[in-house]
Amino acid sequence: MVFAHKASDSYLALKISGPTIKGQWDIALRDLDYAISLDTNDDSAITWGELRKKRESVSTYAFSHLQIFAGSLRCRISPADYMVDTHTDGAYAVLQFEVDCPEQLAAISVNYTLFFDLDPQHRGLLRVDYQGATHTALLSPAQNLQKFELNQLKSGTAFLQYLQEGIRHIWTGYDHIMFLLSLLLPAVLYRQAKQWQSELRFRPVLMEVIKIVTAFTIAHSITLCLATLGVISLPSRWVESAIAASVILAALNNLYPLISNKLWLVAFGFGLIHGLGFANVLKDLGLPQHMLLLTLLAFNLGVEIGQLTIVSGFLPAAFWLRQTWWYRKLLVSLGSGLIAIIASIWLLERSLNLRLINW
Amino acid sequence: MIRSYGQLFKFGMGLVITVFTLVFGPALLAVPFIPDKDEQILERLPLAADPVSRELRALRNKLNTNPDRLELAVKLAQQYIAIGKTESDPRFYGYAQGVLMPWWNSKEPPSEVLLLRALILQNRHDFDSALQDLELLLRREPKNTQAWLTRAVILQVRARYDDAQLSCLPLMESDTLLAGTCLSNISSLTGHAVKSYDFLYDALSGAGVISADQRLWSLTVLAEIAARLGKNKEANYFFTEALKIRRQDAYLLAAYADFLLDEKRPVQVMALLSGRTRIDSLLLRLALAKQQLAANDLPDILAQIKARFEASRLRGESLHQGDEARFTLYLLKQPQQALRLAQANWALQREPKDARILLESAIAANNAAAAQPVIEMLAKTGMEHLQLRRLAARLEKN
Repeated sequence: MVFAHKASDSYLALKISGPTIKGQWDIALRDLDYAISLDTNDDSAITWGELRKKRESVSTYAFSHLQIFAGSLRCRISPADYMVDTHTDGAYAVLQFEVDCPEQLAAISVNYTLFFDLDPQHRGLLRVDYQGATHTALLSPAQNLQKFELNQLKSGTAFLQYLQEGIRHIWTGYDHIMFLLSLLLPAVLYRQAKQWQSELRFRPVLMEVIKIVTAFTIAHSITLCLATLGVISLPSRWVESAIAASVILAALNNLYPLISNKLWLVAFGFGLIHGLGFANVLKDLGLPQHMLLLTLLAFNLGVEIGQLTIVSGFLPAAFWLRQTWWYRKLLVSLGSGLIAIIASIWLLERSLNLRLINW
Repeated sequence: MIRSYGQLFKFGMGLVITVFTLVFGPALLAVPFIPDKDEQILERLPLAADPVSRELRALRNKLNTNPDRLELAVKLAQQYIAIGKTESDPRFYGYAQGVLMPWWNSKEPPSEVLLLRALILQNRHDFDSALQDLELLLRREPKNTQAWLTRAVILQVRARYDDAQLSCLPLMESDTLLAGTCLSNISSLTGHAVKSYDFLYDALSGAGVISADQRLWSLTVLAEIAARLGKNKEANYFFTEALKIRRQDAYLLAAYADFLLDEKRPVQVMALLSGRTRIDSLLLRLALAKQQLAANDLPDILAQIKARFEASRLRGESLHQGDEARFTLYLLKQPQQALRLAQANWALQREPKDARILLESAIAANNAAAAQPVIEMLAKTGMEHLQLRRLAARLEKN
């Protein structure tokens, strides 16, 4: 990739969730070099070593040109990680930081003066993420102060963003995928004389999958709603451990089948627990009180889309491969075994609050 | 509906891929990282190992201790603008504005500052403010060559050819070739292309010792007139001669690349622009050349160009709508959107290339009415321009 010649911009992102604000500020190395000389050895190239050693001065310089206020009171900015990223015009220093405000967040203001004295054409591109909605603003010498009233954010954007979060959660929270796959793996087979046989017709397979997925969906929707609305509340350590246990049981059931024709009941029962897990994620994201139902619906819909996508990828492939010996022997047995082992490690980690493997 | 398992399989995979890109695509683009090694080079600074860079730094240090010293600030700003122009790098215009800050917001700044401010405003396409500064400067210094010349160039971009010509005339007193180039450039757009071409050719041949800048400009103008007249061999000759003087000039490279693209010589375009694609306008021309060659890496370049337009939109800027219209029409193949961009561009800039993209997108979008402003301009000026005339004729036939 060839970097562009472009006027100078910095990218300032603030993520507000509950009482905390996390920030990330991407500042072009070219601009920092023009302001405080990063190229220590004067060879017209900036190395990571040079940038790393200048961490103090970069941080001091940058944060002396940024003020954040809650209401009229100034918040304290504490620098955190220091990294690198690239944008269209080259490499940027990435300054992550945390913001502590003395007052409850109702409105926040940003006062930005970086580089304006050296390059008045510099712009700060501000992005504020709050309860699933995103607001952007341009900071310039003429308009270096931007204020956000936190309760006036659009519901349309919030809906889309919670939808995305729902999909993202299903796809990155591997425990749900593994649970579902454990239940679906034998859906193209049936049990006869203690052996897996391939189901020849498509219709019964489809019906079986629909039953399992629907049961799982209904169950986790129920508990997701109840937990989000505060009707039930369980400690997250308990919930996460139970989810891991459900994955183990579902996987073991493929190896030593106890239940082989009413799997949808299993899906429903454990689905109730998985719903509680979704609710914890949603709580972490922060829920806008004034559009609680809307975002709940969006998140749940996202979860369903994510899940349906996995199923529609899995089903044709499984049906296509069902008559091969390795699907029946290798994939079902070995796959389930592997899932059971991974889930056991999760169970240990979650119930004892340990970290065995860096996932 | 779905009739076979193969279809079902395809559908499922398609859905997986679509949702995956929608959800994770934006996140995959930019992830901050910590480099493994201290030696890893993150950024190469422009003007690498250039003596100019050391000279600039010395000047800047001097100015830092005394930011109100006009002659230092002017000298530094002039250098920044010169680099910004050749490199087509807007950051240098920003630096120039930065060192002029003590005078920038003044209504009556010193004359040297007025000229530089006009150049910076021109670069930002704030043509009206630039013209105002130039008028003020010329009231103070009616013999300021640079001011008359800059004014002529801006008026030409605005297609105010009569005023532009009047702005060339005062140059006669100081430099006949300068004035001659200025005048032929403009009168070649108003129905006197052949006469202007002959006149400029003779003036350049007869000129004695002239500066490289002057020669470069005269050759570029000759090349452009020749190209508009369809004298392709001559155009090619003048472009090559101009490149021998300075290979870096962004304007010249773009003009020659356009000529080569019309000639369907994409390989030469690639050779010409290799290593110069930091400049958006040149990356666009490279992409057009790759399109002619059906090159494999075209999608990658398109993604880069898109990201650059997006980045400038985030800044709230739309300085290159003409190029963006061309990108949208030929590379994205979205004629309606291209037409909107070309129209917005025409409101600001009216050079022949701006007229051309407006005609081309109007034809592609099947909207003859949108091309009317250009048809009127052609009728009013009598501009000789082979491609424009052909396009206009196509519109009239429909």
